[in-house]
Parts: sequence; C-alpha cells; structure tokens
Amino acid sequence: MSFLDRLRHSRRAALGATLFLGLLLAALPFLVGNGLGNSWLRILDFALLYIMLALGLNIVVGFAGLLDLGYIAFYAVGAYLYALLASPHFGLHLPVWAIIPAGAALAGFFGILLGAPTLRLRGDYLAIVTLGFGEIVRIFLNNLNAPLNITNGPQGISGIDPIRLGGVSLARPMEFLGFTIPSLHGYYYLFLALALLIVFVTIRLEHSRIGRAWVAIREDEIAAKACGINTRNIKLLAFAMGASFGGVAGGLFAGFQAFVSPESFSLMESIMVLCMVVLGGMGHIPGVILGGILLTVLPEIFRHGAGPVQQMLFGKVLLDPEALRMLLFGLALIVVMLYRPAGLWPSPTRRREFRGDAR
Amino acid sequence: MDILLQQIINGLVLGSIYALVALGYTMVYGIMGLINFAHGEVVMIGALVALAVIRLLADSGLPGVVVALVGLGAAAPVCMAVGFTIERVAYRPLRRAPRLAPLITAIGVSIVLQNLAMLIWGRNYHAFPPILPTSQHEVFGATITSLQVAIVLIAALMMGGLMLLVQRTRLGRAMRATAENPAIAQLMGVDINRIISLTFVIGSALAAVAGLMVSANYSIAHYYMGFILGLKAFTAAVLGGIGKLGGAMLGGILLGLIESLGAGYIGDLTGGFLGSHYQDVFAFFVLICVLVFRPSGLVGEKAAERA
Amino acid sequence: MSGGGELLLDARRVAKQFGGVQALRDVSLSIRAGEIYGLIGPNGAGKTTFFNVLTGLYTPDGGDLVFAGRELQASAPHKAAAQGIARTFQNIRLFANMTALENVMVGRHVRTRAGVLGAVLRDRRTRAEEAAIRRRAEELLHYVHIADRADDLAKHLSYGDQRRLEIARALATEPKLLALDEPAAGMNATETGELRVLIEGIRRDGVTVLLIEHDVKLVMGLCDRVAVLDYGAKICEDVPAVVQKDPRVIEAYLGA
Repeated sequence: MSFLDRLRHSRRAALGATLFLGLLLAALPFLVGNGLGNSWLRILDFALLYIMLALGLNIVVGFAGLLDLGYIAFYAVGAYLYALLASPHFGLHLPVWAIIPAGAALAGFFGILLGAPTLRLRGDYLAIVTLGFGEIVRIFLNNLNAPLNITNGPQGISGIDPIRLGGVSLARPMEFLGFTIPSLHGYYYLFLALALLIVFVTIRLEHSRIGRAWVAIREDEIAAKACGINTRNIKLLAFAMGASFGGVAGGLFAGFQAFVSPESFSLMESIMVLCMVVLGGMGHIPGVILGGILLTVLPEIFRHGAGPVQQMLFGKVLLDPEALRMLLFGLALIVVMLYRPAGLWPSPTRRREFRGDAR
Repeated sequence: MDILLQQIINGLVLGSIYALVALGYTMVYGIMGLINFAHGEVVMIGALVALAVIRLLADSGLPGVVVALVGLGAAAPVCMAVGFTIERVAYRPLRRAPRLAPLITAIGVSIVLQNLAMLIWGRNYHAFPPILPTSQHEVFGATITSLQVAIVLIAALMMGGLMLLVQRTRLGRAMRATAENPAIAQLMGVDINRIISLTFVIGSALAAVAGLMVSANYSIAHYYMGFILGLKAFTAAVLGGIGKLGGAMLGGILLGLIESLGAGYIGDLTGGFLGSHYQDVFAFFVLICVLVFRPSGLVGEKAAERA
Repeated sequence: MSGGGELLLDARRVAKQFGGVQALRDVSLSIRAGEIYGLIGPNGAGKTTFFNVLTGLYTPDGGDLVFAGRELQASAPHKAAAQGIARTFQNIRLFANMTALENVMVGRHVRTRAGVLGAVLRDRRTRAEEAAIRRRAEELLHYVHIADRADDLAKHLSYGDQRRLEIARALATEPKLLALDEPAAGMNATETGELRVLIEGIRRDGVTVLLIEHDVKLVMGLCDRVAVLDYGAKICEDVPAVVQKDPRVIEAYLGA
C-alpha cells in the first residue's frame, strides 16, 4: 500500500496530513521570504493566482472538454474592472469586497457571451473562435482610449488602489500582536484563502450532478443529450463558472500589481494557463494545482538560472533566456502530449488505464 | 486618388497572400480533418529565411529579382523540411488520439518555432532591402506597384498549378482518395503516410512563397508575424469552406477585401468611434460569424455532424 | 398481452429526408402502454432514422408525434428524455472514462434538480438527492446484473456488460418508453437469451419497450406487435405470427 493509499484509509493519518499541510501553507511565506527573498514571495503569490486561473480553465477544458484558447480574456475583464473602479483613472475608489464579486459576475457574463454563439462548434473550431475572442478583447483594451478614454490604451492603468481588508491596506506592512507582517505576506494569505475557496468549490462541483453532466458532455455529447442533459445550458454554465474564477483572479491581480495593461493578457498567457491544466492532468484537481505551481515556479528558476549558467559556461549570455524558456515550454507540451497524454498527475481512474491493470 | 479602388487593390494583394496560406490549412484539413495550428509559423520561417539570404546578397550587384528568387530557393526547402517534421513529430503519433491532443502538440510546435526564430533572428523587426523594382502605375486614379502586380500574378499561378496537380495527376488523385476515405485509399494501394507527408510539404512550399510575399509587401519580417497571419489565413479557409481548395482562394480574396475596405471605412461607419487599428478585429468577427451562421463556409456542402 | 394498454406513442405520417433520399415516408405507428413493440426491416429501411426522430436527434420534415398525450418537441433530445423516452444506441455510446456507476448516475440527471449553489453548499436537500441518485444507480446496476462492475471504467467492461450498462443508464431516466437500438447485435446465443429475460423483466416492471432488432427470432419471440419498414415506409404492422407470413415482408427481406 502506498503512502497515499494509507492516507485515504486512515482517518487519523488524513487528519494529520491535513494539519501538516495547513501548517506548511501558513508558514510558507516566512520560509520562502526569509530563505529565498521577497522576489520569490512575489512568485509564490503569482502561483496562487495562476492556480485559480488553472482551476477555472479546468472546468471548461478538463471537465466539460471545451478547448478554450481565449481564457485570459476573463482574467483581463476582472483586472480591468478592478482597475477602473478603484484607481484615479475615473476617480472611483470602490472597496474590494464590492469589486471582486462584480468582477466574477461580469467575467461570468462574458463567458456566456462567448459560449452562446460557439456551442455548436466542434473542438478545434471552438479553439480558434475562443482564441479570436481573446484577441478581440485585447485589441479593444489596446484601442479604447480614443475618442473616449476608457482603458487608457497600451499605456494601461496605473496607480490602482491596493487591496484593503477591514480598512487595512495590504500594500503596507501590518502590525499584528507586536509582529510586523510584510505586505507580500498579507497578499499571500488573501490569495491562499481565495484559492482554497476555489479549490473547495471545484471539488464540490466535480462530485455533483452538475460536474457529472460536464464530464458526460466531454465523453459523449449525444449520449449526454439522450440522458436528458440540456447540453446548451450545462456548457454555458461551464463557461460562466470557469470565467468567473478568472474574473476573481484578475481583480486580485490588478490590486496586487497596482497596474494593468493589455500586455498582460496576450494569447501566450492563455496558452500558459492551458498548459498548466494539460501538463498537470486535465480534469484532475491536484494535477491542475501541481501544473499551476510547476509552470509558475520552473520558468522563474529558469529565468534566474539561464543567464548565469550561460555566463558560467560560455562566458556570456548567448541565448535569450526568455526565448529559451518558451522554447523548452513548447517542447514540454509536445513531449507530454506524446508520452503522458493524461498529464503528470492524472486522476487515479485515468492512470489505471496506463498501467493496464484495470480489470 | 480614388480611395475605394485603392482599397480594393490593397485588398486583392492582401487576399492573394491569405489565399496562399489558406491553401496550406485547407489541404491538411481536407486530408486529415485537422487544423495545422503551426502553419502560420511555417510562413514566418519562410519569410525570415528568405530575408536572411536576400540581405546577404542585397549588395552583391545581382538583379533584385534574381536575389529574391535565390531567397525563395533557400526558404522553400527549409519550410518543406519544417512542414515534414511537424507532421512526423506532432501529428503522426497522435492520429488515433482524441482531437484535443494534436491541437495541443500543434500549439507546442508553434511556440517552439516562434522562439527558435527569436533565438536565431532576435526580437527585432527586419527590414526588407529595397531591391525589387517599385515602379508605380496609375489605374483610374489609384496606384498599384509592380510588386503588387507580381504578388497577385504569382499567387494566381501557384493556385492554378496546385489545382492542376490535385485534379490531373496521379499524386493528386491519391490525395483526393485519401481525403475521401484513408482506410479505403490504403486498401487501394495508396501509401497514405507518404501522401500526408507530401501534403504538408506542398503546403509548406506555398507558405514559403507567401512568406516572401508578405515580407516584400510590408517591407518587414519578424518572429511574431506568423501567428496573426496564420489566424487570418485560417479564417479565410473557413470562410471559403475548409477542405475545399477553391474555397480557400475565394475566402482569402474575400477576407483581404473585407479587411481592407473595413479598415478604410470603419471610421465613417462608427462615427469615428472605432478607427482603422481595429483592422484585425474584422478577421475574427468574420470568423465567428461564419462559424456560427454557416460553418460549412461559402462553397462547402452541408456539414453533417457525425452522430 | 397485446391490445390491452392505452396509446403511449402515436406517430402520424412522420417524414424525414436527407438530401434526395426519403428516409421515412409518412410512417405512422402507435405503441400501447405496456407492450413490447418491434421495429424491423432490412438495412437502410429507416429504423434508426425513426429512432432519432423519436428521441429528438433529428427534426422530422413532416408529421407529428404524440407521446403520452403530449406533442413531442422536435429536435430537443433532452426534452424527449424529460417526457419519458430513453434510448440506447446501435453502436454503444457510454461515457467511456466514467465508471459504470457514474454512467448510471448521469442518467438520473433529468429527474434531479441540484444546481451550482446546491452542489457547493451541499445543503440537506442536495445531500439527500445525491444519496438517492447513488442508491438508485446501484439498484439499477444490480437490476442488469453488473453490480460487481460498478467502479470499473465503462470502456473496460465487456461488450455484453456495456450493453447492459447502457440499458441501466437509460432506465435511470425513469422512462415510460425504452427504445433499444439493436441491443442483441454482436451477442452470442446465451447472451441474447439473457437479454431477452432482461427485456421481459423491464416490461413487467411497467416500462413499454420499443425494439429495433435484426435477430428475427428474438423479435418474434419477444414482441407483442411488430412493424416492418422497407425503403422508409411501413409495409406491415401486426402480431408476430401474422407479420411472419405477410408476403410483402417476405419479399422485402428476400426480394432485394
């Protein structure tokens, strides 16, 4: 019996593991912040944002089997909504608890807007249309600065209000029981809480009537219809749910960065999130989380490492580390699809078929 | 100067290029039922290879047309090799896999090609040296350059040649048979692996020509040019009816015209609210409309859903 | 058994055409509640087309279908299921990467209500509903004798078990009419015998059965009434003993 199996079978072991994981997650920013420095703490915060995005996309791609290449548009919707409602740009300064849910709702609405005309399309057509949708959103963000300045065009919107909780700004260090908690820690705990909430919602949905309907549509749409599933509504629901997670992450991103510009919402970002889902393990929540972490952290290690290593080997930086990073990324995508099509950490039922001991 | 006529001329030139690239998509789709997502990057590789050779020879004293042809002579084999490799590595092993799988490997291939190009040629825009004759002709108040005339003519020539190849030769017959039903074609002695490889190679050769045309027309090439071009060419293929050669040509020309006329008049249409930098939106808008209202395209038959 | 029940399905002059091919020519059938009704005919006679029209996959070009006193909504499979028509497919269509139990649980979708909010909050009503879904699905797996396969992926089941699973999934929608599209295809004599017992049991439990089948022996032994389609038209409808002797039927089967 493997360690994981033992965990599943023993209530005490499970409780212990949960406790340990909880403590680890609570202590992580201190470990990372003191051990590796603040830049890694920022990366940790970003990893949490990407996990939210990946889980949102996983509902659409992993559960319902609808390949969406424009997912980042929903992230953009959430981010720009925050930017417009809490910055000097329009002089509005609404509180975060109002903006984030509004961002989720608006992104969800955009999800339906995208989903409605594309429902009848087959997989690869859907992919291209969603890709086009993502680009349209970006083009509009880039150009809606004239004649009426809504998005401030390519310059983006800066000076966005930091997230405030209960009157306390997360952008400044906090005093708490005599301790000083740095700003990045505050964001970490907020993002962690929301990421955990999204994990919770996703798990609940997966093991529900709705989640089963999504997977049924992915597996065989016609059979799903014959079972009485209103595939149109259930697909739209997947688009809306997935998009709303993206909207939440986008709002947090805007508050965290204090700056948004169309550049952050390129097709590459959509593909990045898709890779997290696919490489981690489509439809398998722990796999998707793993994918989110790996693809946030590994490229950073690479970014920090590629230059110095080349310096050491050749005495100078021969190859653009950014291009090298993306190159490896593309290769990883191909190799994983060819040799581990279910991802690095597929769900147990899907893993079984690879071992061939299902019977 | 007559703006309408000028926009139509520009649209035709643009459309010819789209049509050439669209052929690559539509050939592969016709034979394998698969969108070769990486095709736009092949065009980009073609443009950059040709341009590298042309820049090398620009000051050699050779006539400009010869230099351009030498550039093409270098780009075409490179593109053909790239196309061949893409099919071998990313598509052939996944022929029986779920549809999502080859699409994702194709995205992977796109990323690899793009960044490979970035490593080789850098992030900068590369200017096309002024080696080609740029004489301008007045046509009813609009101007057309000899380069533009050449682009339209060469594109028409290539398309005609491809039509002949597919309709009149043994290879073409094998291609049509494979498109109709690969299993039966195989039973009839067609080596479908070879046919599929050849389809990629031919499509990539057309992509090389298109790449040279784009960079000559806009006097510029860079590692990121393939993405948006590929997307538009794909739109053109869908607009015409993907899988149909004639459709790709029609769709290409139409999309070129729509874009060029749209960009010229969008300001007037929206009362100045939207400007010509929304040109790229047209392609996507057209794509979405076609897919929603007439997914089989303009010349396609009714596409029955496989039940 | 025949003739007793009231009218469950009344199909009147149903027509469907594909391109130039008239797949159904004004087909009228009436199925009574509680009977096992067979639909036979040579290949390409239009049996599956009729099924697809009946279950909302195709929109008919003409005619109408009245089911349990209500007009059937054209081209809305999920509504057909909601009104009480369940079906299986000629070439089995299961949710391959879901377990057998999950397949049947999906069948309960149309009779249950939990939405996103219920799923996330998992309130008492949703928990009760979820438990009932699972219980019913397990019962149905027992009913078709594949309870021991509950946790296997559908695609790993044997061919015969896949057929049974598809029937269990269809029954999960609580149909008034169960439409089976060639359920015995590819089965050996023993399996066909077991299938026959299963179908008879389903009818005994109050579900009307519409059966498309090539196995004439099975149809004649099992069905109360049989309709014969040929070139998209109904050429005969009666009890098996009469149909078997009908010269038009013999000609349709042997003539072509």
